Amino acid sequence: MTHFINTVNRATSSATAGTQTRATSRIVPALFAVGFGLFLFVGTGFAAPSLIHNATHDTRHSLGLPCH
Amino acid sequence: MFKTIILSAFGAGLAVGVALSVVQAVTTEPLILHAETFENAEPAPAVASAPHEHSSTEAHAHEAAAAPVATEAAAPAHEHDEDAWSPADGFERSAYTLIANLLMGVAVSAVLLGLMTIRGGKIDARTGVLWGVAGFFAASLLPSLGLSPELPGTAAAEITSRQIWWLSTAAASAIGLALIVFSGSWLLKVAGLVIAVLPHVIGAPVPPTLEASYPAALGAEFVAASLVVSALLWALSGLFSGWLYQRLSRSA
Repeated sequence: MTHFINTVNRATSSATAGTQTRATSRIVPALFAVGFGLFLFVGTGFAAPSLIHNATHDTRHSLGLPCH
Repeated sequence: MFKTIILSAFGAGLAVGVALSVVQAVTTEPLILHAETFENAEPAPAVASAPHEHSSTEAHAHEAAAAPVATEAAAPAHEHDEDAWSPADGFERSAYTLIANLLMGVAVSAVLLGLMTIRGGKIDARTGVLWGVAGFFAASLLPSLGLSPELPGTAAAEITSRQIWWLSTAAASAIGLALIVFSGSWLLKVAGLVIAVLPHVIGAPVPPTLEASYPAALGAEFVAASLVVSALLWALSGLFSGWLYQRLSRSA
């Protein structure tokens, strides 16, 4: 699916309205997914509150993330 | 598409979290608990001597071009808020570690699938594991050159400065790596290399002292164990999430 859209995008040299929409419908949700992942990563691995720090302490150390 | 990515990320995160917890239980966790016995038994030399090292630390930080760190450097290496809740040792502590591992698995899977989708191209177990290894390289291996994985009781610069350096270095490494791998022009490839190297030229926040409360061999063992655990986190997240994504998007 993704591959198909990508191929279509590359095949049409002039970006028509149709491919534009399809590229957007691929990129926008993907950006949201990256944002969600980064939010979760920073929340688990970097958040400062002692409560979160203490609960995730061993995971942070194990993964070599900066900790206290 | 967003739904497929998130579903795949959660499915992969579940598997990765369990696998990671099992590996940690026999690699990093015993080392962390061992180091804590030194930390709790005696006033750690690193912590006790930190204020006296202040002047020499400042000189040290100067030459490493990490000047902002110097003022904070005298803070004790280990600052736990004693009043704050923390999980009781044993089952409770392991349970929270498992949850944190699950969340990290979901997070890494979501980032990998999102980036793979933006890039376009095939997403399956094979491409997933390749992206995962690249992610480990950018977000673990290269940052560890400046801030090596630390056992509890390691003297270190102020936490926020290290977190900023770590996140910036991971971002620069990812951008640099992407330029080197995906860009067609040699100029951009060289620019990617420069971006990836830059954080290490600037230098990571310098610890106030090199003393630690635990034996050095323990620290060395931990660095290797931690890098293996990180490599597993990224590679397995890519593997499982790529595989799940392919299956789910085929049936959708």
